[in-house]
Amino acid sequence: MPDPTSILVIGELVDGAPAPATLEAIAAARALGGGPVGVMLAGESVGNAAQTAIASGADAVYAIESALLADAAPDAVVAAAAAAVAAAGPRIVLGAKTLLGRDVMPRLAFRLGTALASDCTALALDGDGRLLATRPTYGGNADATVRCLGTPAVASLRPGTVDALEADATRTGEVVAVDAAIDEATVRTRSIERVEQAASGLRLEDARVIVSGGRGLGGPEPFEQLAELATLLGGAVGASRAACDAGWVPTSYQVGLTGKTVTPELYIAVGISGASQHMAGCANAKAIVAINKDAGANIFKDARFGVIGDWAKVLPAFTEQLHELLSGSTRQPG
Amino acid sequence: MTAKQVLDPETPLSAFRIEDDRVAAASNMAPVINGFDEQAVEAALRIKEAVDGTHVTVLSYGTDFALDVIKKPLAMGADDLVLLQDPAFENVIDPMLTVAALVAAIRKLGDVDLVLAGRQASDWDNAQVPAGIAEALGWPIATIAKHVEVDGTTVRVQRVLPDGHELVEAALPAVVTVSNELGAPRYPNMRGIMGARRIQPAVWSAADLGIEPTEVAPAFELVSLAAPERRVETEMITGDDDADAGRKLALRLREEHLV
Ligand SMILES: Cc1cc2nc3c(=O)[nH]c(=O)nc-3n(C[C@H](O)[C@H](O)[C@H](O)COP(=O)(O)OP(=O)(O)OC[C@H]3O[C@@H](n4cnc5c(N)ncnc54)[C@H](O)[C@@H]3O)c2cc1C
Ligand SMILES: Nc1ncnc2c1ncn2[C@@H]1O[C@H](COP(=O)(O)O)[C@@H](O)[C@H]1O
Repeated sequence: MPDPTSILVIGELVDGAPAPATLEAIAAARALGGGPVGVMLAGESVGNAAQTAIASGADAVYAIESALLADAAPDAVVAAAAAAVAAAGPRIVLGAKTLLGRDVMPRLAFRLGTALASDCTALALDGDGRLLATRPTYGGNADATVRCLGTPAVASLRPGTVDALEADATRTGEVVAVDAAIDEATVRTRSIERVEQAASGLRLEDARVIVSGGRGLGGPEPFEQLAELATLLGGAVGASRAACDAGWVPTSYQVGLTGKTVTPELYIAVGISGASQHMAGCANAKAIVAINKDAGANIFKDARFGVIGDWAKVLPAFTEQLHELLSGSTRQPG
Repeated sequence: MTAKQVLDPETPLSAFRIEDDRVAAASNMAPVINGFDEQAVEAALRIKEAVDGTHVTVLSYGTDFALDVIKKPLAMGADDLVLLQDPAFENVIDPMLTVAALVAAIRKLGDVDLVLAGRQASDWDNAQVPAGIAEALGWPIATIAKHVEVDGTTVRVQRVLPDGHELVEAALPAVVTVSNELGAPRYPNMRGIMGARRIQPAVWSAADLGIEPTEVAPAFELVSLAAPERRVETEMITGDDDADAGRKLALRLREEHLV
């Protein structure tokens, strides 16, 4: 039933379950308190994911099944999302700025006759029930709050800004099957091949400790020292865009606005100046440690602990001391 | 292809101000072309080199332009520059009018096969104008390219994924957004710079484009623009020398149970 007070979350399935970012968006939609929360789930089959979404706070699931949704081609997902919007008639459409959401949400917004408040870090309703969306701009140097004027309002949430709700299996909700009439012609950008390097070891997104290097390292070799330190701490190695662009490490190492968003307990930044675009990817780390020879580097503004010095002298002594501290104990990081 | 003139994202924070809900830089800071748009120029020029008869037109929307800045794509090797310039074409967070003007310009140009754009503009970080163009024209779109190749009636794009890449294909006409992984844009050479000096950009107003700015419904209204709060108290660790500071850092992190 179309409900003009409702909020529709454009969900995403990963391995048959709602993506963590989808559960976060459901929580954000609930927190707005505007009206019932529906979730679109689209895939080859939706199955148990609908129950997970309901347990995590959804009042209704709009399930769209099609073989053409198997690879989540953005063309097909946009069509599915538009069909879900037509079925739900919401006043707010909420997605997440994931890899898929980055492609789907702007297109969905324009298809609905409006634009997207993208990558939001806070959402609220004003007195008239309009969506107020706060989003970092200028690479994170300015937070803009906009009032969304579209009907519906369309926004996407930065992953990791809201906690998902505790799943409650006793919650109930409706599952509505929607026919999105997706045919072959819908998918105009075809995927020919997808190459994913199996992450050697820990994924950056999952790491509790990250040791990141920047242009200040001066070349690829020092990254071996970062890797040694990361291994010692049970963590992973990241990098700034400058280090990736220089070809010192693969682009998959990049942390930041246009790289990965990470939320480790400990983020050790070595030879990184702390440009706002870099910090956008790691500002939610519990503690940032900065090693930089420039006392005026921005990174120190965001760091819990800082050392002003040459990494080539600081890092070996730091690593050796940690070796000593950790060898005598069984304590795990964190 | 599209290119936006923006505040230099490398502007030091000390020269960066927010005043009356606008972002301003110290007056001695020159604007630049959005970095990803320079990469889109590079992608366009590589296609021009590979495919005979390719003509590269640069479209830029705004109220006022620093001509020596916005002409850089010409100096790099693009053929034409069209400025979509009108007092109503302000640089605001709302992309609706930008999209309307760019779409009208693409229609006015006529036989456009491929629109290359940057993955996002470094001021408002919207990452959606190209999607708006694709939706309005009903064209396919491929985003975050590190390699773009045109083959007859097809565009093949290597997209950057967080942990790899994806090869996608679409029939022309299409929209492609370019990322920094494409590689560094070329430097203009002397001949290019001299050539660019002689080219006068075309200037199209809202009326020339046949659009009525007040009739384009806005998507947003800016409520506030503010510097983000910093919540961190920084503890600087010092020692007798750099190595000593490194050792003390380890001990301090241990004390805090961070390692
Ligand atoms: C739209 C946009 C998106 C972007 N996205 C990202 C992103 O996702 N991720 C990202 O990282 N960047 C991103 N950037 C780029 C960002 O603005 C910076 O240019 C980049 O982060 C700088 O990398 P860096 O800190 O390694 O290099 P620099 O800024 O050059 O800093 C190097 C630092 O190393 C220090 N140093 C040098 N030698 C030593 C030494 N011997 N010992 C200790 N310290 C030393 C220097 O003091 C300096 O602070 C983006 C930019 C734009 C415009
Ligand atoms: N004012 C503009 N003039 C020309 N191109 C633009 C303009 N705004 C955005 N674009 C293009 O759209 C891309 C994405 O911008 P945005 O959606 O604003 O982040 C940019 O990299 C440009 O290629």
